[in-house]
Amino acid sequence: MKVAQEIRLAWRLLARDWRAGEITLIAAAIVIAVAAVTTVGFFTDRVQRVLELEANRLLGADLVISDSRPLDPELQREASRRGLAATEILRFPSMVMLRDRAVLAEVKAVSPGYPLRGELRIAERLFGPDRVAGTIPGPGTVWVDERLHTSLDIAAEDRVGLGNSRFAVGAVVTHEPGVELGFLSGAPRVVLNTHDLAATGLVQPGSRVRYRLHIAGDSEAVDAYRAWAQPRLRPGIRIEGVRDARPEVRSALERAEKYLNLAALTSVLLAAVAIALAARRYLQRHLDGCALMRCLGASQALIIRLYAVHFTVLGVLAAAAGTAIGAGAQAVLVLWLGRVVAVTLPPASTLPALHGAAVGWLLLLGFALPPLVSLAQVPTLRVLRRELGVPGSPGLFAYALGMGVIAAMILWRAQELRLGLTVLGWFVAAMAIACALTWLLLRAVGTLRARGVSWRFGVANLRRRTGGTILQVVALALGIMALLTLTLIRGDLLRTWRESLPRDAPNRFIINIQPDQVAAIGRFLEERGTAAPELFPMVRGRLVGISGRSVTAEDYADERARRLITREFNLSWATRLQADNRIVAGTWWERAPGRADQFSVERGLAETLGIGMGDALTFDVAGTAVTATVTSLRSVDWDSFNVNFFVVAPPGLLDGYPATYVTSFHLPGGRVEVLNALVKAFPNIVLIDVAQVLSQVQRMMDHAALAVQFVFLFTIAAGLVVLYAAVASTQDERLYQATIMRTLGASRIQIRRAHLAEFGLTGAAAGFVAAAGASGLAYYIAHGFLRLAYAPDPTVWLIGIAGGALGVAAAGTLGTRRVLEAAPLKVLRALG
Amino acid sequence: MPNSRAQIILRASGIGKQVTTGTTELTILSDVSFEVRAGETVAIVGVSGSGKSTLLGLLAGLDTPSAGSVGIDGHDLYALDEDGRAALRGRMVGFVFQSFQLLPAMTALENVTLPLELAGTAEAVAPARAMLARVGLAERLHHYPKQLSGGEQQRVAIARAFVTRPKLLFADEPTGNLDAATGGQVIDLLFELNRESGTTLLLVTHDEAITGRCNRVLHLAAGRLQA
Repeated sequence: MKVAQEIRLAWRLLARDWRAGEITLIAAAIVIAVAAVTTVGFFTDRVQRVLELEANRLLGADLVISDSRPLDPELQREASRRGLAATEILRFPSMVMLRDRAVLAEVKAVSPGYPLRGELRIAERLFGPDRVAGTIPGPGTVWVDERLHTSLDIAAEDRVGLGNSRFAVGAVVTHEPGVELGFLSGAPRVVLNTHDLAATGLVQPGSRVRYRLHIAGDSEAVDAYRAWAQPRLRPGIRIEGVRDARPEVRSALERAEKYLNLAALTSVLLAAVAIALAARRYLQRHLDGCALMRCLGASQALIIRLYAVHFTVLGVLAAAAGTAIGAGAQAVLVLWLGRVVAVTLPPASTLPALHGAAVGWLLLLGFALPPLVSLAQVPTLRVLRRELGVPGSPGLFAYALGMGVIAAMILWRAQELRLGLTVLGWFVAAMAIACALTWLLLRAVGTLRARGVSWRFGVANLRRRTGGTILQVVALALGIMALLTLTLIRGDLLRTWRESLPRDAPNRFIINIQPDQVAAIGRFLEERGTAAPELFPMVRGRLVGISGRSVTAEDYADERARRLITREFNLSWATRLQADNRIVAGTWWERAPGRADQFSVERGLAETLGIGMGDALTFDVAGTAVTATVTSLRSVDWDSFNVNFFVVAPPGLLDGYPATYVTSFHLPGGRVEVLNALVKAFPNIVLIDVAQVLSQVQRMMDHAALAVQFVFLFTIAAGLVVLYAAVASTQDERLYQATIMRTLGASRIQIRRAHLAEFGLTGAAAGFVAAAGASGLAYYIAHGFLRLAYAPDPTVWLIGIAGGALGVAAAGTLGTRRVLEAAPLKVLRALG
Repeated sequence: MPNSRAQIILRASGIGKQVTTGTTELTILSDVSFEVRAGETVAIVGVSGSGKSTLLGLLAGLDTPSAGSVGIDGHDLYALDEDGRAALRGRMVGFVFQSFQLLPAMTALENVTLPLELAGTAEAVAPARAMLARVGLAERLHHYPKQLSGGEQQRVAIARAFVTRPKLLFADEPTGNLDAATGGQVIDLLFELNRESGTTLLLVTHDEAITGRCNRVLHLAAGRLQA
């Protein structure tokens, strides 16, 4: 037969199968798989970009280049050439004067376009209602923040002095993006138009000016610009996105991505199972047809070719349908998310559509092809002897391609080799455990004999085809596990995650507290209704040596590493390990007391600077070299907003050096007077406001939680298809047997009971395995993956087993009800 | 009556078939030899379990014998591999089964078209239509098997068997699933078509009405041909 003829015949076979409803299930499985993967793809793509954008509002831009010298104008010109928005901002400290008062403030000179990301909000009068500024101060006008307004006691007609100029106060700034942690961030602020800057005479050679170029635009263009700019910057110039700037945000963002990827992976795994089950049923229903075709002269190779074309075409069509649904679903999602959070989602890229289609098609190839290959091996003699089946159903090896596809998917989705391999290993182990558990359960059920003919018939059915039953139970268990995880545990996990950053998380930091002020500040805050915060000692030191070798910025290629080396570290000491810290290597000294010359180093820092366990770190602390050995590495939840340190020592090592104290506390919104009183009582302290960062991170978590909920809807759909496919996979056989039983005089009640026994047992076994899997999975996700403390809910077992038994029994008896209604001969004829 | 000098189209020589179940070896067929000439109609009869269907399967190359050989139109069937036998069947052999073996997902017309399509025939639909009209089903072309009666299904199967104009037609209990009246009509049709197309017909049956119409009857008992 010519190729064209073969393709035509394969197409006709496909069309006939479709019309007769033979491939509805398999097509549905692929369509849902592709739709799920595509939606998740579109969704994570767009949501991740929203999260990035949200995060960039903190920075006021997508990228910031800053230096203490004027920046090369070429940097701004190149950004404009690339279609990026760019604006320059100058920041410097200066005294602001009014009448006989002078207050040190941070001056921010801004140009039109500011801020590129986020909002600058202003109020007409102090503590009045605020609104988005939408512009910058006009010439001759400045905007001041609430603290400066209060400190200077500004009246309506007052003009404040700044250098050689005097300015009218146009508005009170209530919110501004681009808040940075640093020495001056505690100071009051003034915003002024760059046009007025020269007249003030404040920017002179040697002035402490920070020049900042803010860049914003399409994320690819920004990345490309960054790649262009990075090598052109002289050492010392900083270039940073929000991920570089804020560990809290980076940590929250990465967790959100992990959650979304996890949802995508679950959908893919379920889709694979659904496709494998649907293909298996297809195999069973097409054995006769293939035997007949062999009898009519078709070679094995021809049959394989015909079905390969058949399924390739099916794959392409189903992938196209799935992609279309995915695109539609994400459009719905955009509307929905838009209503909830009032965020404009950036347009989706086309890549997720291609990914989705490729994944669906590969899954089909990996999980439908093995049964199809064995279809070609059906003995021709089956035309005379129906009992002859396939010599052996496809073993695990036949699914190697499918497993490979899944593995590749996991690695790609997890975007991290270690994580991907862990998930993959977990999945394989879970499957093996599920098989073993089911086998044991089947044996146990076999001992419960003599419960009437229906029970015996039901149990005998399960035990007769042990392999098939195990497959069915495992598939059902996967479906139920997904549903359990999604409906019961997901809520717990998301809640636990969000509770990890409670609404009363610290939103203010106080630094530069002198040792003799520690008690007084604690009392001050307590008296004003704030929980007594813990105060941490802090000693500043520069890292000068690792294991005897001196280190300088030139030793490192990594930008972050160079920056870390050039600045001073905040070192601290403590007896107890903080609650949001976890030891990942070595031991904390509380367990092994003794030596004082130990350091515990934050893991990320250790990785960046190439510090390992047992290394001796030397810090220059106030001119003295302090050396100690790294005896533990810690992971730190930066998004907890607690005070944390990269390097901590046990008491005894740093106590003798000049130290200041630092603390963080939660100040409910609108209680600015507490801050003013605090600054008045302790003029030397520096207050840092992280309320905006905190609320931004909280909003990001809320968005991510919504996104995950939506993505999980698809996973639930995939889970339901798996359940249906698992029940349907043995339906024909059950119908046939039940019909024979009816022909032999069995009553409807007897048959219904037999089915209930069989389906109920299958469902309960699957529920048991699923509950075990879901608990394990949740524990793993929480502890190993998201690093959250989480205790599984014991009701998962009850709901899993009871729900599995009832659900599968209901679905199964519903599917086989026609045997009880139709005439036996009709059913027999329909089944061939 | 077929010409006694007509060419031998089927030759069975010393066919034996043993199967092992557990530790016991069971002999199903033993030293079965006979010849069939082109245009002959031959019935194989015997009680249940006498090995009739096994023999038919071996003659058609659907199974492999433990001993002996089968020649179809001069080709040694078991010197060919499975695909070679399939190709030979496609060229020369037609089948009618007791359980019809129609594909449930295909209409009557598509079922009849299938062997032509598998053989790569460019125009498959017209001959299939003509053959279905010949068996009296011109009005039921687009019906699915489950929408047809047993007799109609077997007529579709007969149309499918003859549409490729096979030299040799094997029928396994073609009336086994039909009532007497319907079975009679189906047999009439089978023999009419056989006469028209000059096909050699070899069938396994219990039905004496059929054996009476055949040129020759082979009796099989306990796996051996009776004289």
